[in-house]
Amino acid sequence: MNFTLHIWRQENAQAKGRFETYHVENITAECSFLEMLDILNEQLVNDRIAHPVCFDNDCREGICGMCGLYINGRPHGNDDGITTCQLHMRRFNDGDEIWIEPWRAKPFPVIRDLVVDRTAFDKIIQAGGYISTTTGGVPDANTIPIPKHIADQAMDAAACIGCGACVAACKNASAMLFVGAKVSHLNLLPQGRVEALDRVRNMVIKMDELGFGSCTNTYACEAECPKQIKRQNIARMNRQWIGQMFGRDRRK
Amino acid sequence: MNLDSKIPEGPLSEKWTNYKASQKLVNPANKRKIDIIVVGTGLAGASAAASLGALGFNVDIFCIQDSPRRAHSIAAQGGINAAKNYQNDGDSVERLFRDTIKGGDYRAREANVYRLAEVSGNIIDQCVAQGVPFARDYGGLLDNRSFGGAQVSRTFYARGQTGQQLLLGAYGALSREIARGSVHLHERREMMELVIVDGRARGIIARNLVTGALERYAAHAVVVATGGYGNVYYLSTNAMNSNGSAAWICHKKGAAFANPCYVQIHPTCIPVHGDYQSKLTLMSESLRNDGRIWVPKKKEDAEAIRAHKLKPTDIAEEDRDYYLERRYPAFGNLVPRDVASRAAKERCDAGYGVGSTGLAVYLDFADAIQRLGRDVVEQKYGNLFQMYQKIVDTDPYEEPMMIYPAVHYTMGGLWVDYELQTTIPGLFAAGEANFSDHGANRLGASALMQGLADGYFVLPYTMQNYLADQIYEGKISPDAPEFEQAEQAVRQRVNSLFDVGRHTSAPHSVDHFHKALGKIMWEYVGMARSAESLNTAMERVKELEKQFWNEVYIPGTADEFNPDLEKGYRLADYFELARLIITDAQHREESCGGHFRIEHQTEDGETLRDDENFMYVAAWEYQGYDKPETMTKEPLDYEHIKIAKRNYK
Repeated sequence: MNFTLHIWRQENAQAKGRFETYHVENITAECSFLEMLDILNEQLVNDRIAHPVCFDNDCREGICGMCGLYINGRPHGNDDGITTCQLHMRRFNDGDEIWIEPWRAKPFPVIRDLVVDRTAFDKIIQAGGYISTTTGGVPDANTIPIPKHIADQAMDAAACIGCGACVAACKNASAMLFVGAKVSHLNLLPQGRVEALDRVRNMVIKMDELGFGSCTNTYACEAECPKQIKRQNIARMNRQWIGQMFGRDRRK
Repeated sequence: MNLDSKIPEGPLSEKWTNYKASQKLVNPANKRKIDIIVVGTGLAGASAAASLGALGFNVDIFCIQDSPRRAHSIAAQGGINAAKNYQNDGDSVERLFRDTIKGGDYRAREANVYRLAEVSGNIIDQCVAQGVPFARDYGGLLDNRSFGGAQVSRTFYARGQTGQQLLLGAYGALSREIARGSVHLHERREMMELVIVDGRARGIIARNLVTGALERYAAHAVVVATGGYGNVYYLSTNAMNSNGSAAWICHKKGAAFANPCYVQIHPTCIPVHGDYQSKLTLMSESLRNDGRIWVPKKKEDAEAIRAHKLKPTDIAEEDRDYYLERRYPAFGNLVPRDVASRAAKERCDAGYGVGSTGLAVYLDFADAIQRLGRDVVEQKYGNLFQMYQKIVDTDPYEEPMMIYPAVHYTMGGLWVDYELQTTIPGLFAAGEANFSDHGANRLGASALMQGLADGYFVLPYTMQNYLADQIYEGKISPDAPEFEQAEQAVRQRVNSLFDVGRHTSAPHSVDHFHKALGKIMWEYVGMARSAESLNTAMERVKELEKQFWNEVYIPGTADEFNPDLEKGYRLADYFELARLIITDAQHREESCGGHFRIEHQTEDGETLRDDENFMYVAAWEYQGYDKPETMTKEPLDYEHIKIAKRNYK
């Protein structure tokens, strides 16, 4: 298969970006999207035409959350429940034009080309996305039974890989799904309840402070999440946010 | 070289207790004055930094990714072992210890492995307290499953993403310490040099991967927790950025490197499909709990499948060869990884392989789906099945998965003593980066256990024994001449890579060379090795390395975000490391665990150890570029365990 690629190029955070057009040929259907970009880069290096296209990637099996490209207007491309590295060229037709952009969100400034800075997510976690335990001195793991359905719900929320697709998909660049997932994961568990109200307060305040937008309930985040994190997590976070305003736990 | 493993006195089960009772400690007021550098934010690095920070030390932690949460520990799917005996199936510290020693083919140090088994239970307690959502049964208690090389169910898991959840636990603990100010995070930074002052590790030179700037960091001790070197094979289950450079840099500065030839090849990965392929995806070992591995019994069936004339579902039950169940009735599909990998290779080499390349075997869930129902199978392995379907485009609920072995983990690594200290005072190594616990083969679900054991429960103790004497040193200055020299050396190394490209008439990309190196290593230093194959490998690697230093072209400059440059300097290290792997494999004229020399096998194709001559750790010492390394033996004295033939029949 042959493709025409329109790729966002930007030397660094200060430089002005633009689209550049490239062509790749003889790509097989089994080839992954990132491998297709590898092939392009090999071409660019061999022909010394331009600097290879920079894009973040690491595990290439959909779990590290490092990769993230806006492909033809969709975060992680035209398939559900996958990261960019799990997108395969069989999802495209021969001769397709493909537009490739970085995540577009103010709290995620561009570093180079398709690489963005997502340290804002780390800062939100540092504000309370953990249970305060120090190493050692904890009870036996089976001391507190946790009903299976609660553990399963916590696991569903904990599956978030922090890729940022939810923010990129949102017209307001809201991080509610990311924060809601972490709040839900921890606050659902008995171990996390002790700090539940502080957690939701501190994480939401930090999220706002970092410039993420508000939620207007369009749920583009849920539709594009590679781990299919549910919007109910946002609702749960909102309930707890209101709960913390009155100083008591409303989670039921 | 003098290798002192510092094994404490006393009976095996009391060594760790005795050590802790008599070791030196640093008092709380002095902890504040001690700086520690941790390189790597995987399970070992993040847990070490979080624990040391919580104790009161000043910690600087470094990762090459944009966030600590990306470290490759996240990719571990199946689970983490612990001797909790929650299932009442006969597990104990002693049994986990024995399984690990036997799984490692009697090439690991007894005292280290016993300690690992001893603290395994604490890890689970710690993770649950952090909110790791382990799988639970309907009574709300923790669930377990089985993994290779064990006859008990001791593996704790969080769906198919146990590594991710454990790392998020450690990352949470780390984030808390960052918020408290005890740990300073430096993301997108790569360790480029180890700085040694008066014979002690005193800091690192790091490259800021965004700006290209070289930065100096000084400390009283350095921990390297940077994972393994499996990517020397190019195609592996490791992440693209996983690399062996930090460990190799330490080796070049004097840290001994142990057992480099012990490389684990994982039996259940999605087979290779094309030349442009960048990595291999693992299908968790946990699948072998319910999946049955087979190939056709008749060659003509295998040929028809390869030619797409038959489908696996067309092969009748009696025409299928469940070769693991046939060869190893006691452990069946749950034999250790090295055994399962070799068995798959044996069948494919004999002409029974499937898939269009003939280099694949089936992993079949039809029985499990019939027995348990599709829902249960989906609940247990849903995300793995989805992952498979996305990559291969066939439905594993309908048709068996195709799998083939791939490079996965490296048991070898920096030599460390009982305190996890390398041969350089003040330099510690944790997790996959060290060699300590898995001998010649690691059991499934033990990497997570070891990473967290090292970080949560070993280093926070043993490092204090070293640091207690360091309180008199005062602040270590990054302005010392040693730092200046180290920085210059890095600058020179980076520039020399660009110089090649400027002068060559036949430029090639870094990936071009890396792929070529990987092919040589897989072909000649892979699942089966011989004196002849190793000699060929050495010649070809040297040739390729020379070509690399004449023809590699790296675009751009050193002073910008430049992934090709990163790949370039990592590959330069891989060439040297590849040569050491080959040298070690040449010298070890026996078969053990992941190291299979075809000259040394039993009549039925099993590994044939030579305990009389090779029951030791081979620790290699760097002598300068392209000079043969010298090897020192650390004998393995088994006092507690009875050495036996490793038998899974």
